[in-house]
Amino acid sequence: MGERTRLRSYRPSAASVVASTLKYLSLLLAAAITILPILTILFGSIKSSAEFANSGPFDLPKDLFDFSNYAVAFTKGRMLLGFGNTIALILFSAVGTVFTGTMAAYVLDRFEFKLKKLIMGLFLLLTLIPSITTQVATFKIVTSLGLYNTMAAGIILSIGTDIVALYVYLQFLESIPRSLDESAIIDGAGYFRVYFKIIMPLLTPATVTVLIIKCIGVYNDFYTPYLYMPKQSLQVISTALFKFKGPYGARWEIICAGVMIAIIPTLIAFVALQKKIYNGLIQGAVKQ
Amino acid sequence: MTYRQQRRLVTFAFLLAPMILLLVFGYLPIASMAYNSFTNWDGLTKNDWVGLRNYADLFTRVENYRVFYVSLFYFVGSFVQLALALYFATVLSFKTRFASFFKGVLFFPNLINGVAVGFIFLYFFRDQGGTLNTLLRGIGLDSWAQLWLTNPRLINYSLTGVSIWRYLGFNMVLFLGAIQSISSEIFEAADLDGANRWQQFKRIIFPSIRPVVYLNLVLSIKGALSVFETPYIMTGGGNGSETFVIRTVDMAFKFSKFGLASAMAIVLTVLILVVTGIQNLAFRDKE
Repeated sequence: MGERTRLRSYRPSAASVVASTLKYLSLLLAAAITILPILTILFGSIKSSAEFANSGPFDLPKDLFDFSNYAVAFTKGRMLLGFGNTIALILFSAVGTVFTGTMAAYVLDRFEFKLKKLIMGLFLLLTLIPSITTQVATFKIVTSLGLYNTMAAGIILSIGTDIVALYVYLQFLESIPRSLDESAIIDGAGYFRVYFKIIMPLLTPATVTVLIIKCIGVYNDFYTPYLYMPKQSLQVISTALFKFKGPYGARWEIICAGVMIAIIPTLIAFVALQKKIYNGLIQGAVKQ
Repeated sequence: MTYRQQRRLVTFAFLLAPMILLLVFGYLPIASMAYNSFTNWDGLTKNDWVGLRNYADLFTRVENYRVFYVSLFYFVGSFVQLALALYFATVLSFKTRFASFFKGVLFFPNLINGVAVGFIFLYFFRDQGGTLNTLLRGIGLDSWAQLWLTNPRLINYSLTGVSIWRYLGFNMVLFLGAIQSISSEIFEAADLDGANRWQQFKRIIFPSIRPVVYLNLVLSIKGALSVFETPYIMTGGGNGSETFVIRTVDMAFKFSKFGLASAMAIVLTVLILVVTGIQNLAFRDKE
């Protein structure tokens, strides 16, 4: 990418200096607008209650290592419970999504059968409708199945409506040559064996994509746990944080700490997995 | 077992769970919603057939149209968002210092928990001690300081701003991926021919990534129609920020008018299908 700029930049003209300055100014401005709202939350989260009341949002905290708000947010907001439930929800729905996704993709890509077109069409059609609009009726179904206020509701809804995963798998399967499974069949392997020993391992890169999309989706999902798992013992990060609106409505320094507690794991994951996250989300979006 | 039998067994066994989930949690809700939209179901006992009354109610009451007015803000906002995303993606695709830092910063809000985003901007827009008003007063623009979230005339601008802040980076990353898949030889040839950046954008970048622009446009319009999370978390739909989905959800879960709520959801679903259909037609013509 660098090469082509070098070709013409041996003598910068006045116009290109202006253009370059404007470019960096716009980038810096955008970065500032993006960071500022989060930065002031960080400042607020390390101020004591009195200090918070008597200082502006841009004033640096006096004691940079005062994490007492974090302790209050973490314990009173029961955020450990929230993290535990979120992790459980992610684990179960990830395993479920990987299995249902790979199984369906395997059959739909490799076999020919009568209803194949119809079934593919059904999966495709549903991606057009945002799931939030159907919650009114989904609620009735979840309740009548006795799943209301159980973790199973969150898990099953997360697996059942994940069609993006299926598409990521279908797309990836196309690039795995059929000759691989055919030669295994000639060697006497059954289809189950082919699925477990050949297809599943070869789909690992697609599974990484699916897992990334799933983790981000479940960690950030608000309305599924809010609507279907309102019981306190089932609260996840989103709903735990949402509850700060009540008792801590006036104590912003505690809320700021709670917000930071929810953001920090995301930030760590992002810095560590940047490239994979970009790629995962691009692949997921193209199939929406 | 013969391979033929095995194939049948595998097909059945592997599709069973995904199909049950798809039908029960994907299609059954839509079917039951369509049915409920013709009833006065209140979530408990009342469940009579009322014909088209819910739809008549929906289209004759003026207050129901306000949610479309609110959608307009997000709709216009999504064009601003796409234009900015396209600009930053183009700029970052040329040689830029700290390009991956800027890309990361602009993208990160997309990953932040929605409830956290809500609180971040409740804080940002506070009247006294809020980040924005303090900043404005600090640089001498006292008269610009506003009640960003309580003034009904401003609230939808504020919330649309939050939406752009949150989703801009996502569009940008999609655009950037598409631009980077253009062969660099084309740019080199353009450089040799003396094409400037704007010409390169107009003649090379934009035509090459047009399908991705359309994809983003569809996603944005669907997004604008189904805005829910951020305004619900921040204002609960108050001060004139009620969106279609907030009204639907409140109608069902707050006022127990499941019949009317179902009719609203059906209308929204049809609207989104129509928009997607139009987009697909336009898309096909251009290809």
